[in-house]
Amino acid sequence: MHVQVDGGYRDERNMDKLIHSFPEAVADVPDGAVVLMGGFGGAGGMPQRLILALREQGAKNLTIISNTAGLPGFGAIEGHLEVTHNVLVENGQVKKVVASFPLSPSSSRPNAFELAYREGKIELELVPQGTLAERIRAGGAGIPAFYTPAGVGTPVAQDKETRNIDGRQYVLEYALKADYAFIRAWKADRLGNLVYKGTSRTFNAGMATAALITIAEVDHLVEPGSLNPEIIITPGIYVKRIVKR
Amino acid sequence: MTSPRLNREVIAMRVARELSDGKYVNLGTGIPTLVSQFTPEGYNIVYHSESGVLNYGPLAKEGEEDIDLINAGGQFLAPVPGMAFFTSADAFAMVRGGHIDITVLGAFQVSEHGDLANWILPTRGIGNIGGAMDLVAGARRIIIAMEHTDSRNQPKVVLECTLPLTGSRCVSLIVTDVAVIEVTPSGLVLKEVAPAWTPEEVQSITEPWLIISRDLKEMEI
Repeated sequence: MHVQVDGGYRDERNMDKLIHSFPEAVADVPDGAVVLMGGFGGAGGMPQRLILALREQGAKNLTIISNTAGLPGFGAIEGHLEVTHNVLVENGQVKKVVASFPLSPSSSRPNAFELAYREGKIELELVPQGTLAERIRAGGAGIPAFYTPAGVGTPVAQDKETRNIDGRQYVLEYALKADYAFIRAWKADRLGNLVYKGTSRTFNAGMATAALITIAEVDHLVEPGSLNPEIIITPGIYVKRIVKR
Repeated sequence: MTSPRLNREVIAMRVARELSDGKYVNLGTGIPTLVSQFTPEGYNIVYHSESGVLNYGPLAKEGEEDIDLINAGGQFLAPVPGMAFFTSADAFAMVRGGHIDITVLGAFQVSEHGDLANWILPTRGIGNIGGAMDLVAGARRIIIAMEHTDSRNQPKVVLECTLPLTGSRCVSLIVTDVAVIEVTPSGLVLKEVAPAWTPEEVQSITEPWLIISRDLKEMEI
């Protein structure tokens, strides 16, 4: 696969996946792209530099698939960068969000998504969190759809196919795939093998598998052989580009 | 109604008495989060969070927070020996796969049949589902911890939920600031009342008819 980067062609089969800057890593994201956005919601596990680079790059009409719709202040610590995909919504680059937890928990401090939603400027597909994780997992694993008990008898299952299996009702949910996945990992080697830290693994590991182009923003870059192969969570086959913070 | 209501900590304390040794437990946000502070002495309870961690303990001390160690509510956890981290897909495989023994959740409404509504925010028109729909579909026992009435003093234990459901016929036990109520096939059974409360007083702020347990007790706190 060849992707145009900065006017030149980069051979994506090249096993050295290191990209030297965040702007270069996101340069080819087109208007209308579907982007999986990693992390659970807070600063931990959030691909913040990729998000900032995409804000600068300016791609519009994006569909963002993420656990939240961007929650400023969630899981944030003073002194740490607090950026989430909230900044892309704020900047008018997002037309649709697929999420389980779209709103700020506090109604007095609505996020950019809620303000845009009230004005009918953004679409929402609300998905139970486990269904979201499984739809992404299925997308990466070549499973087109699956039955789940979550959401049966609720608005989430409205107009969806249901089926009784062994005496219990289940709802059919379809796999999610994307053009890009922006993920954040703790350590990577140049082959794209990744490990995560603590609760920052969550959605990142699944999203890495479900996009045509997975870009990993990493805190530490090490030489191949430095990562213990027994503890690699995302094998390099899923990762196209690596950028170091 | 002048009898005093129990505070959130006491509700959590009462819920904690429902936990038994060796259980895997998921706690929702709000009052449920407080339950882990009251783990019965000598019990090993393993707490699970959708943020991808098993066996978490207390919250992190101020100044020792780690952005890579949070619970599902975005609060920072202290590192504890024996923790395990996993992906979101695994977190919910544990939930739907029947590996979580008990989940404690908050609620806006619980019906006579054990239907639960706890995600849509009526004032905002939309809501956060988070992990609640998976939890009520997969956990073995669902306990609700909530105030008995809403901010306009309307009953939250209702005949039928008027708010959109999180799950139907899923709740086992309701612990509130005035009572403990069990959901049974024959109806809601009032098991315990808060100190100074009578069953009649509890009934007066509860929409469905309560069956008064033959061994009705005062909530021990």
